Amino acid sequence: MIYREAGQFKTSYAADQQLFPIRQDRIGILILLAVVFLAIPGIASEYWFSAILIPFLIFSLAALGLNILTGYAGQLSLGSAAFMAVGAYAAYNFQLRIDGIPILISFGFAGLTAAGVGILFGLPSLWIKGFYLAVATLAAQFFIVWCLTKFPWFSNYSSSGVISAQKVVILGHEFASPREKYLLVLSIVAVMALAAKNMVRSSTGRAWMAVRDMDVAAAVIGIRLMPTKLLAFAVSSFYCGVAGALYAFCYLGSVEPDGFSLDMSFRILFMIIIGGVGSILGSFLGAAFILLLPIFLDITLPWAAGLLGLPFSNATVSHIQILLFGTLIMFFLIVEPHGLARLWQIGKEKLRLWPFPH
Amino acid sequence: MSKKIGDVILDLQNISLRFGGVKALTDISFDVREHEIRAIIGPNGAGKSSMLNVINGVYHPQEGVIVFRGQERKRMEPHHAATQGIARTFQNIALFKGMSVLDNIMTGRITRMKANFLEHALWLGRARREELEHRKKVEEIIDFLEIQHIRRTPVGRLPYGLQKRVELGRALAAEPSMLLLDEPMAGMNVEEKQDMCRFILDVNDQFGATIVLIEHDMGVVMDISDRVVVLDYGKKIGDGLPDEVKNNEDVITAYLGASH
Amino acid sequence: MQFFMEVLIGGLLSGVMYALVALGFVLIYKASGVFNFAQGAMVYLAALSVVGCMEKGAPLWLAIILAFAIMTLFGIATEKFVLRKLVNQPPIALFMATIGLAFFIEGLAPMVFGSAPRALDLGIVDEPIPAILDAWGIVISKFDLVAAGVAALLVTTLALFFQYTRIGRALRAVADDHQAALSIGIPLQHIWAIVWGIAGFVALVAGLMWGARNGVQFALTFTALKALPVLIIGGFTSVPGAIVGGLLIGASEKLAEIYLPPVMQSLFGGNFGGIEGWFPYVLALFFLLVRPEGLFGEKHIDRV
Repeated sequence: MIYREAGQFKTSYAADQQLFPIRQDRIGILILLAVVFLAIPGIASEYWFSAILIPFLIFSLAALGLNILTGYAGQLSLGSAAFMAVGAYAAYNFQLRIDGIPILISFGFAGLTAAGVGILFGLPSLWIKGFYLAVATLAAQFFIVWCLTKFPWFSNYSSSGVISAQKVVILGHEFASPREKYLLVLSIVAVMALAAKNMVRSSTGRAWMAVRDMDVAAAVIGIRLMPTKLLAFAVSSFYCGVAGALYAFCYLGSVEPDGFSLDMSFRILFMIIIGGVGSILGSFLGAAFILLLPIFLDITLPWAAGLLGLPFSNATVSHIQILLFGTLIMFFLIVEPHGLARLWQIGKEKLRLWPFPH
Repeated sequence: MSKKIGDVILDLQNISLRFGGVKALTDISFDVREHEIRAIIGPNGAGKSSMLNVINGVYHPQEGVIVFRGQERKRMEPHHAATQGIARTFQNIALFKGMSVLDNIMTGRITRMKANFLEHALWLGRARREELEHRKKVEEIIDFLEIQHIRRTPVGRLPYGLQKRVELGRALAAEPSMLLLDEPMAGMNVEEKQDMCRFILDVNDQFGATIVLIEHDMGVVMDISDRVVVLDYGKKIGDGLPDEVKNNEDVITAYLGASH
Repeated sequence: MQFFMEVLIGGLLSGVMYALVALGFVLIYKASGVFNFAQGAMVYLAALSVVGCMEKGAPLWLAIILAFAIMTLFGIATEKFVLRKLVNQPPIALFMATIGLAFFIEGLAPMVFGSAPRALDLGIVDEPIPAILDAWGIVISKFDLVAAGVAALLVTTLALFFQYTRIGRALRAVADDHQAALSIGIPLQHIWAIVWGIAGFVALVAGLMWGARNGVQFALTFTALKALPVLIIGGFTSVPGAIVGGLLIGASEKLAEIYLPPVMQSLFGGNFGGIEGWFPYVLALFFLLVRPEGLFGEKHIDRV
């Protein structure tokens, strides 16, 4: 099918402001939804669900959260994993301490708890910017993880803060198999991604981007900086919090505070740099890239080493992986600061003009 | 042109502004009448931009009284000025570089949009309706400024002259009753200047906006402004009709040096 | 009281070690406006280079010279291949690039020199000084004192270098105003390469000290995390700030580690060790609240 918008005339602003104004895009998204909701559950194996698809969706959600804060509102955070931890532990405690609370409500409350903590640690953003703020978010990273480890109440007095997530039961049906968990995570992520897209294409998102691009000018045209920045922190942390709850309940099953490390925060940051800062699609592309690269290396490197007859160890694989992450970050920042999402965009533009590029 | 100049809407009395030990403005008083085009001129570093920043609340003068629409103003933040109908453009363009022309101008209407982020997230009735209503208004401005062809372009990629025009569009989108323009024609060629003059006069005429204008091009100032105030080293050295100011001794000295 | 003094002095001396790392940050930030998150990774690389060269049979002095050469080359390469390409990007992009750089080093260095933790023997023993122990009954390690001396020497050398050499003056000019420096004919990229070289040297000194004390291992990269709050407290642009900030953090976190947990324990029950991990950050946050430009930093006014 040719990707072209010729002949599709917009006769109203409503038509022009649709989510996907080009007909081919609308068809594409329908096909995508059919594939992820219908086809994949039919054909994917357990390994695919539990080792690739579920973590991919959860990290996409976390990356989406960070992208709202960093990509759209321009406030750099190095503490995403800590907000995921807040979500995971909050959901656990809501399930534990409130009898009969529906799990989805727990997830929602977990997001709200994370949002509250996010606002608290977002307060410094009102008077500091850039890497000063980054350092402040490191405070969140270290302090939150320490609190969850040291205050035994959070983990219901388990040793070293480990929690085991409760069963996921919705309307009497238990989501036990990886396939069911995948569908649950997918539904939540799809709804939240749509909500995020709606926010960033409306005046909420424009206010965030205005603050990001030039805060003085934003204030002069009537945007109140404080609520705008704090809203970005709250929404971002909400997304990370829900991602954290899903991480505990639908992916790992049991988690410990130290699992939500600075390293994980960095990985989420890398997802948005590589995927595309300030792009919803980029959050997904980046998460896929960062999660798949190690798997790809695990498979190909030993093989390549064997082929060349080089000595090889598992440590080397992890070193190469870290090295590659670093190189890719620098590469993308230099060559394509808008990441994979931009490359996708360019590809589409090319396709629109094909086969007559001039 | 039968323009009706009204009463004083902005009265600045004895404004002084310091940064640490540096005096940016010293004891400056002047007023602005409704519907007029009021120019502020003066050599570089005279304090013209600081004056605009005082008017819309970016800087807070240490001394002086500001009366806007009959009300004495206390300490005020920039977004208050925006809600009171004061919009402005900047000397060094202050557009949102990562956003399209359309989105930049849409931000200008932000104080008029009431839906909150939850309504936006769910894309409910009011959020959706507002986006459409305001889009319509913004398209009118886009038509007025003749920038239809670039509405989807990120402003960072536009040439300088067009960026200035988009910035004016963003300010106009707020439907301001007072418009502060900081060197709207700096760095433009003759043709672009003529376009910009036309837009400013039209804004003044059709929208009825009061305009406070900083400009270096004396020809432009003399042509379009109703009254002119002259600053030098943070002090007022002249105030009056363009012709009066042009023949003022102090002003000539400030511009041409002592021994002209 | 004696115990308090001992903790305090111990903290101050470890603060010297933080200051050593913070110094590298300040140098690069002053000269190029880059907030170099990779400084900790550079400390790791420097220390690994030294032990790596010694394992290949080089004596200590030669290993140090070789490591210095490696660090300088590395600094110049970083400037040439990464930062020069990012000129005119927002500072936050540069910051993220240095996070990438840190990962790059953390992957590369152990591949070249091996990742097993190793000891680095500089010939200074880490034991109490008998004279002080006898006179005041306070335990002060010989090693810590030497480290403090080295730090003082380093700061003095740098100060003299900046004050009295041609390159030093050019560096200060660049730090003041890039455009102006460029316009009077100071070659910026040249200068930046030198600054990265010097930062590499500072990383080497810090790597030697930290490596000798705690062993050469991956944990050396975390020194960067210790240095960040130091910078906030001291100000990003101030060498004395880095020193004072380091001392302040070192002393306060050790005191907090000793005196806070018992208090918290009596309040909440349980074990509250490990305060060191976050205390400097919370202290830094507090400073941001009161004095955002840091103790010695410069305040600036946004112009519009």
